[in-house]
Amino acid sequence: MAHNPARPLSPHLSIYKWGPHMLVSILHRATGTALAIGGGVIFAWWLTAAAMSPAAYNIFYHWVVQADPASLHASTQRLANILAKIVGVGLTWSFFQHMASGIRHFVLDTGAGYELKTNRLGSILTLAFSIVATILFWAVIAGKY
Amino acid sequence: MGTGTSLGRVRGLGSAHSGSHHWWLQRVTAASNLVLLIWFVVSIARLPVLDHQAVVLWLKSPLAAVPLLLLVISVFWHLRLGLQVFIEDYVHEEGGKIALLLLLNAYAIGAATLCVFSILKIAFGGVPA
Repeated sequence: MAHNPARPLSPHLSIYKWGPHMLVSILHRATGTALAIGGGVIFAWWLTAAAMSPAAYNIFYHWVVQADPASLHASTQRLANILAKIVGVGLTWSFFQHMASGIRHFVLDTGAGYELKTNRLGSILTLAFSIVATILFWAVIAGKY
Repeated sequence: MGTGTSLGRVRGLGSAHSGSHHWWLQRVTAASNLVLLIWFVVSIARLPVLDHQAVVLWLKSPLAAVPLLLLVISVFWHLRLGLQVFIEDYVHEEGGKIALLLLLNAYAIGAATLCVFSILKIAFGGVPA
């Protein structure tokens, strides 16, 4: 059968070419799940610690943000800080990706943006936005911590 | 639920027994998340430090506490709806699905209530800065 490259390859479910729209679609779910569990738990821990006492807040602060040099666990805390930074960058990227992808979903919900080229461009733009926004966010707060 | 007519079937909402309400609330909370989370990210980035005193003093203002309360409700509602769909899509065994949905509700309601209580306690001066 003659193949027209301008047409999508589906509906043969096992014959398809991986495209940015598929990546963005599954990333929306993956980043949403990461934010819901990781982001939700860290956020609740942060607020609850703040409402309990300065000591409870400092446990959060020293293990996540910045190690306490006077602590017996200072070296372990420094390791935890590095891990927290990696998780933090991952969660901020997830946040910006989920946000951009969510805005794209608002557009798609109106019935617009399904043309092959527009759809592809929109999905690539969400990826470009999330990467740039993550770098900018950490550039702004990097000076503080 | 349906009366057998096509209108009745639409009102009966098919095998899911619910219509577009879940989908719609996901969009409504997505829109409020967008506004409130941009406010939150900018506010956190603008705080000179992130120690206990800075956070407590910040949350004593109604203009910080109230948006943060709204954010907690919007975000935890949105994540409850989102993870519900995730569980329904991937967990096909009925018992496991119900157990996970109960766990999800416990997490979403529990964590959100913890956050709401914490914000109110700080805002009403229950935590010395």
